[in-house]
Amino acid sequence: MAGTALRRRLSWQVAKVRAETVETASVRTLTLDVPDWPGHQAGQHLDIRLTDEDGYVAERSYSIASAPGEPVAITVERLDDGEVSPYLTDELRAGDDLELRGPIGGYFVWEPENGGPLLLLAGGSGIVPLRSILRHRERTGSTVPVRLLYSSRTLNDVIYRAEFDQPASGVEVIHTLTRSQPPGWPGYARRVDAALLAEVAWPAAAMPLAYVCGPTSFVEVLSQALVQSGYPPERVKTERFGATGGT
Amino acid sequence: MEAVDGNAIGGLLHEVLGTEMTDAATVCGGCGAARQVAELAVYLRAPGTVVRCRSCDSILMVFVKIHDTTCVDLLGLAALG
Repeated sequence: MAGTALRRRLSWQVAKVRAETVETASVRTLTLDVPDWPGHQAGQHLDIRLTDEDGYVAERSYSIASAPGEPVAITVERLDDGEVSPYLTDELRAGDDLELRGPIGGYFVWEPENGGPLLLLAGGSGIVPLRSILRHRERTGSTVPVRLLYSSRTLNDVIYRAEFDQPASGVEVIHTLTRSQPPGWPGYARRVDAALLAEVAWPAAAMPLAYVCGPTSFVEVLSQALVQSGYPPERVKTERFGATGGT
Repeated sequence: MEAVDGNAIGGLLHEVLGTEMTDAATVCGGCGAARQVAELAVYLRAPGTVVRCRSCDSILMVFVKIHDTTCVDLLGLAALG
């Protein structure tokens, strides 16, 4: 099955926006109808291509937000100086066409047989592929224990907040808000570093499997801290999207 | 410019090599470091796409797209796949 999917030709195709969901002031989820979609794995991404009237082409990668078996969805954070994201968040409407290719990626993926316990570390919109993994876990009836540590600037920047307020059984969601916190905030209020990880991460002896996704600096610091605390490097999967967002 | 990683060139590599490559093994031709493609340092906004070793910073792969043709330089790799 995997072999068939792997050898499939990756072609650009035109999808249609089925629905848009407001996640935060700067983040939208686009649910897409993709005519030729072979199915995806949790954690994979797709490429979007926008072509200007004069032929100028811009391509960006976006993580798939939905679980395998659900309609394809991407969650996009608007970058004010971006070439692609403002179009996706502000201009595109249900019924519009969008050129894409995918699914892409065989490294930052999780299947129930990969086991756990799972440690998911998200910085900002790095939550998107991890949300796909969480939904896949729930839909497949997996009981692998999960700890999600999710770093956002403020409470209003938390993507999928309603979902994470009522996590599935066996899933612990731990928030940290790095810029400002509402009065009485019970969660963490600082940047994720080795010290914070030591408080929330599974001990290395539990043989956890870690997925780290976020800005490059976030991923660098945390993946190194995990390896130093005894996680085998091959059990720390990383995805970096640069300083200003993207994937 | 800040590097991303090899996940970001999954589509490009699939286009050029015809298969999913982000979990493929690589060996740096400079220092011999072994990593999966997803773990390499990728600079998307260089003239073309530049892929470097995370250990010694050697250039491993360069992709330059001109119209519909992609020029591929893999000479920095000792092994791929």
